[in-house]
Amino acid sequence: MATHTLDITKEHCPMTFVKTKIKLAQIAEGDILEVILLEGEPLKNVPKSATEQGYNVLDVSHVEGNIYKVTIKK
Amino acid sequence: MFDFSEEEIYRYSRHILLKDVGVEGQDKIHNAKVLSVGAGGLGSPVILYLAAAGIGTIGIIDGDVVDLSNLQRQVIHFTKDVGYSKALSAKEKVNAINPHVNAIAYKDFLRADNAMDIIKEYDFIVDATDNFPVKFLINDACVMVNKPFSHGGILQFEGQTFTHVPGSSCYRCLFDSPPPPDLVPTCAQAGVLGAIAGMLGTIQAAEVLKYFTGAGELLTDKLLTFNAKNMDFKKISIKKRDNCPICSEHPTITKLIDYEQKTCEFK
Repeated sequence: MATHTLDITKEHCPMTFVKTKIKLAQIAEGDILEVILLEGEPLKNVPKSATEQGYNVLDVSHVEGNIYKVTIKK
Repeated sequence: MFDFSEEEIYRYSRHILLKDVGVEGQDKIHNAKVLSVGAGGLGSPVILYLAAAGIGTIGIIDGDVVDLSNLQRQVIHFTKDVGYSKALSAKEKVNAINPHVNAIAYKDFLRADNAMDIIKEYDFIVDATDNFPVKFLINDACVMVNKPFSHGGILQFEGQTFTHVPGSSCYRCLFDSPPPPDLVPTCAQAGVLGAIAGMLGTIQAAEVLKYFTGAGELLTDKLLTFNAKNMDFKKISIKKRDNCPICSEHPTITKLIDYEQKTCEFK
């Protein structure tokens, strides 16, 4: 069970979730994806969208400043 | 498996966002080969939307040339294309919309002697024709070689469509054979509201994309009809016939037939 990281701090909605979905599609079932994103729209939307589409959001944590980490299990 | 470029990810982002499509669905769309029989009223929206969607290979068969009277509804062709091959005109538009699509033009009509060779190269066939003989030909050829297809027909303000997959009811389950000549519309009855070609062809394009992605339920064993005058849409259940001459266990039709088109040769 591997852990992968994806930085989407430079993306804008809806490409934030597009990039998250692409990474999730590339990793193995059961793997963990840590998504690094900005507060505001990305933080509000990415965990919500992932949950809506059937992924398991394990954790949302503050990294530093306006940067957050969303942990998703495939 | 999928290996989309950044440009493709961005281009197809609105598909990728859909739960029922996603990257996996877009990859299936990318690997799909679809044949549009006809590049006219129905073929225009079918080909345009499938090209935009990123269908990997789109075959376009049409032996006709663009006529000025086509432009009222055949939106893939432009005024400058009058007199030019419809198949080539459509192919050029496909390349302009989406260079990732491999468009193959056949400047020919589908007939009993070429149908099998062409159809066998594709995963899904779209009936975008305007005459009964070819509708029966597409049905028979697809049933014989187990290919799915979308049937479509429009006239005046009305349209009808259904989707066939191997094992579901076919066009001959609905209609045994082409209608007698006196029931085929005459020249005066051959008018068509341009926009209904878009309405019906777009439904066919959506069925193709649903077929490849597995999203939702196809129009199999259901005939969708609409009348644009009052915007009534109806879905009628259709049943596979035990005595269907082509798709039953003991078919009476075992080879392809070129029926005669008895109507006036309207454009």
